[in-house]
Amino acid sequence: MKDYLPETASQTAGPYVHIGLAPHAAGFHIFEKNFSHVLTNSHTEGERIVIEGRVIDGSGTPVRDVLLEIWQANAAGRYNHPADLQQEKALDPDFRGWGRTCSDFDSGVWRFETIKPGPVTGRDGRMMAPHVNLWIVARGINIGLNTRMYFADEQAANEKDPVLNLIEWEVRRNTLIATREQRGDEVVYRFDIYLQGEKETVFFDV
Amino acid sequence: MSEKRPAREVVHRDYNQHPPAFAPGYKTSVLRSPRNALISLQSSLSEITGPVFGEQDLGPLDNDLIMNYAKEGLPIGERIIVHGYVRDGFGRPMKNTLVEVWQANAGGRYRHKKDQYLAPIDPNFGGCGRVLTDENGYYFFRTIKPGPYPWRNQASDWRPSHIHFSLSGDAFAQRLITQMYFEGDPLIRQCPIVRTINNDDAVRTLIAELDTHAAVPLDCLAYRFDLVLRGSRATLFENRTQGAAR
Repeated sequence: MKDYLPETASQTAGPYVHIGLAPHAAGFHIFEKNFSHVLTNSHTEGERIVIEGRVIDGSGTPVRDVLLEIWQANAAGRYNHPADLQQEKALDPDFRGWGRTCSDFDSGVWRFETIKPGPVTGRDGRMMAPHVNLWIVARGINIGLNTRMYFADEQAANEKDPVLNLIEWEVRRNTLIATREQRGDEVVYRFDIYLQGEKETVFFDV
Repeated sequence: MSEKRPAREVVHRDYNQHPPAFAPGYKTSVLRSPRNALISLQSSLSEITGPVFGEQDLGPLDNDLIMNYAKEGLPIGERIIVHGYVRDGFGRPMKNTLVEVWQANAGGRYRHKKDQYLAPIDPNFGGCGRVLTDENGYYFFRTIKPGPYPWRNQASDWRPSHIHFSLSGDAFAQRLITQMYFEGDPLIRQCPIVRTINNDDAVRTLIAELDTHAAVPLDCLAYRFDLVLRGSRATLFENRTQGAAR
């Protein structure tokens, strides 16, 4: 073990995480270019969707100072990263696949504007259902929480998904499935994340 | 025929190096920590890949917190350089990693609409910056040493001087947020957030050392802060017969 360097210890992002990672939300303008909750531009391929939700604490109260990031494949099911060797699927130069958002300080609602990802090949060639990887930090969270969001209208794929099937408590699998609704001309997937308690979301050690 | 398995795997996380989710001395963690155990995954493409950043994402002054919000003069406080290397668990340099930092000003006041502490805002100090590590995993930025500040945990708790760090790594599974403390600060051992970590060696990974060799004479001091992200390694064996139908 002595040959390995230990990972730097995690610490909470604290209540003022916005200063560093989303200064506009903290209330000031400093960088010319800011990272955003919008993952698409006008050339991005795929079905436009909105992902919206709240993060809820153990008392049922929305967490109003949370910061979330998502990481996802493009519409063809390929990640924009050199380690993704799925050559038969095209890369989309107009899709990085990553975004960052903060909850509203009053309502606790957060939002991403993205595209619906295609299915990605998992371990041993088993297909994974379309999903979005999420990472959640806030005051009171000592180490970032990882989870996945799946889509309610992909029931057949979800039933075969190797990660959902790892969750031996079938009732808990539902905590990872976002519901689809049409709101005006937007397709919205609603995904509330429960940190603790009866409806607690499944979190992963990735 | 493409590869159907991840070419790499992220080495498992050693939770002895990290604070537990539930750490009641840090009161906010009580209602914000899961009660269920995490479910462990083996790496798939979703974990071994992550966003790629480039110089086009940054501006020229993004790693200079002394100048990047200066309006009519320089910010007040102790001028310092913070620098170091980002490596993985095998000691390999983490190239092109996005390092983002944020901090209070010299008096312990944050430029944030939710911070009501009575120490004043410095009109010439913003308190955030970012930089990409180079080919050797090296990064540096320049700033003002932040002051300690009081917070509502126990009524008399004060945070040690600290700079928040966020690292992107190369894989989404390496994503890390932490805090850097300053060598010799007596508030470190009293801090309930530091003490969420039940391992003195792990706490020491967060303390930057004074580095007079990197100081600029008659201008600014320097601190050295190295960081380690989880290693990733090749998948050595696989169980699928080559060319076999799935």
